Amino acid sequence: MDELEQRPQGTDWLYAPAPESREIVHFQERYGLFIGGETVEPRSGEWFPTLSPASEEPLAEVAQGGADDVALAVEAARGAFPEWSSGKPASRAKYLFRIARILQERSRELAVAESLDGGKPIKESRDVDLPLAAAHFFYHAGWADKLEYAFPNRRPQSLGVAAQIIPWNFPLLMLAWKVAPALACGNTVVLKPAETTPLTALLFADVCRQAELPPGTVNIVTGDGSTGEALVRQEGIDKVAFTGSTEVGKAIQRELAGRAVPHTLELGGKAANIVFDDAAIDQAVEGIVNGIYFNQGHVCCAGSRLLVQESIAEPLVARLKRRLSTLRVGDPLDKNTDVGAINSRAQLDRIRELVASGEAEGAELYQPPCDLPERGYWFPPTVFTNVAQSFRIAQEEIFGPVLSVMTFRTPSEAIEKANNTAYGLSAGVWTEKGSRILWMAERLRAGVVWANTFNRFDPASPFGGYKESGFGREGGRHGLEAYLRFDG
Amino acid sequence: MSGRLPVRKTYKLFVGGAFPRSESGRTYLVDGQNVALASRKDARDAVRAARAAFAGWSGTTAYNRGQVLYRLAEMMEARAGDLAGVCSGRDEVERSIDRVVWYAGWADKLAQLLGGANPVAGPYFNFTLPEPTGVVATIAPDAPPLEGIVSRVLPAVVSGNTVVAVSEASPLAAIELAEAIATSDMPGGTVNVLTGRVSELAPVLAGHMDVNAIDLTGADGATAELERLAAGNVKRVVRGTSDGQSLWEIEPLLEMKTVWHPIGR
Repeated sequence: MDELEQRPQGTDWLYAPAPESREIVHFQERYGLFIGGETVEPRSGEWFPTLSPASEEPLAEVAQGGADDVALAVEAARGAFPEWSSGKPASRAKYLFRIARILQERSRELAVAESLDGGKPIKESRDVDLPLAAAHFFYHAGWADKLEYAFPNRRPQSLGVAAQIIPWNFPLLMLAWKVAPALACGNTVVLKPAETTPLTALLFADVCRQAELPPGTVNIVTGDGSTGEALVRQEGIDKVAFTGSTEVGKAIQRELAGRAVPHTLELGGKAANIVFDDAAIDQAVEGIVNGIYFNQGHVCCAGSRLLVQESIAEPLVARLKRRLSTLRVGDPLDKNTDVGAINSRAQLDRIRELVASGEAEGAELYQPPCDLPERGYWFPPTVFTNVAQSFRIAQEEIFGPVLSVMTFRTPSEAIEKANNTAYGLSAGVWTEKGSRILWMAERLRAGVVWANTFNRFDPASPFGGYKESGFGREGGRHGLEAYLRFDG
Repeated sequence: MSGRLPVRKTYKLFVGGAFPRSESGRTYLVDGQNVALASRKDARDAVRAARAAFAGWSGTTAYNRGQVLYRLAEMMEARAGDLAGVCSGRDEVERSIDRVVWYAGWADKLAQLLGGANPVAGPYFNFTLPEPTGVVATIAPDAPPLEGIVSRVLPAVVSGNTVVAVSEASPLAAIELAEAIATSDMPGGTVNVLTGRVSELAPVLAGHMDVNAIDLTGADGATAELERLAAGNVKRVVRGTSDGQSLWEIEPLLEMKTVWHPIGR
């Protein structure tokens, strides 16, 4: 029992509400599809509501794109391709710089929209999603007229129409990860936003208009999984880029078999966050919290498996639990909120199901006391101890605020346990010993290794997985390769 | 019965550094020779051998890997006569040996050309390094007999991948090459050679959950089913040239790993 634990908790430590105003965002009642620079009604004639997961209130209606709509969007992108790809690279760069600037100028509006539609804390959409989305356009803008330096003697060429399917966890940021490199490399785009988070992509259509991007260069087709399926099946696409679950990634790879359409997949993960007994413990605890509770754990590279060296397991877990009790769960628009709403009813059901399996298999559950709002989709920060490697909560991606704690004794054992997964997206290492960091980093089979930090992202830093976490990289010089072919 | 009766060679599989017959006991006839006809079980055994060898081979220093591959060229040069007898002749052997030497020289240069330091917007040191993807299944091209398999196997192993290669049409060249590999200081299991039917073995390898990538350069046109099977564990599917050499033949069998560390006082 140290001093902090003895402090009274509850009412004495309440924060006053600090809500961000939603006045800055004006959603239309209905959003059509963005095709050929115009907003068009869906041929399918179908619409569906998009909800705020924090209140279950409908925010707007969006179009359910069907196969005809997808065909139209691909046609528009095809039409825009010759001019976009053969135009001045310096002009492409300037369009991307414009978009980056407009995102910066409208970042408050877009951050509020993101938190409303997706449920993530405004603190994160304001300080992470929006700055990084703008940074991705800014970074890739500079590449647009320097591709021959990125790939000397290889004569890089645009691919054509890029079909891009993005997830609901970082809606606008994933849009930026996909659209910015595609446009910089001279491709045109058909983007399918996630079913539950279409609004910032539709606001992005307006950003494209403001930037006077040539019509058809970016097309946005909203809808559910069937819309994405239609897009992958559509003739006339030259590239597929997908971020989402490993299950859907495999289905896309199967669908593309024999079609000679290049594709990159950024799929699931089950990252090990490994803490050695010599780590800076308070920093490690912050890193663990950031690793798994950032964005409600809706992060493909989340540190969902904590591997802690046996000698410090007890004190570390005790500190972690205490830290959990100070996390503020609730209104995404409150600037004090640490953990927002679960993105959808379906995701909440999946988290509940996996947490129930953890209890059934014999793991020990801890959740800090917290008052969850009555409406909306919520799940408290959760820690499982006594977890065996075979448990579902140690093997399957939960994509929620749920941490599974396991222990190890030696660095070799840590590596063996960390790599004991079909995934290979990311990993974390916490130790003050430099040689051990490099030894571990060398052996972890994962595309990103964070040492004494976690969940850092940057447009200059290549991101992507090993094994069933997918293939291809996004960001950095390496990320450009996914949007080019080479004649040399 | 005058003069010495020559000792003939038995053409067997090359798995885990040993030369076993097919567990199926089957053979097929190529150019008057009985050649082991590998079974699906042999393919699975070869994957196990390749997986077992991966940590060791990928864990050697790049300098060491380069020397081992150069040693392979030395062994091939010594066997140039034998190799010429199982391919199109001396020219092909010389091209193949020179290709091995060319790739040997890449081992300790990949990271500098393909990796890099990334200028992230924050107090972090961030770098990217290429690593081998793991176990690679290779469908060797039918032709050229020796140059084809050399052109596919070398770009895979130079970075530290281990390989299961299938050769149907040119098994004699493939096994002669395996015999050179066996004496080259390359650890057993780094390269495994299966002689047999692509139609029988390729689906096993394409669908195998412990194979990380499949090189379909040597597969006939209709590869859609193999690509579908490859999706089962998100395999990297690769196609290259059967008679060329390039850094870009190496690159598709690499993973890029990015490491972050904070900078502070």
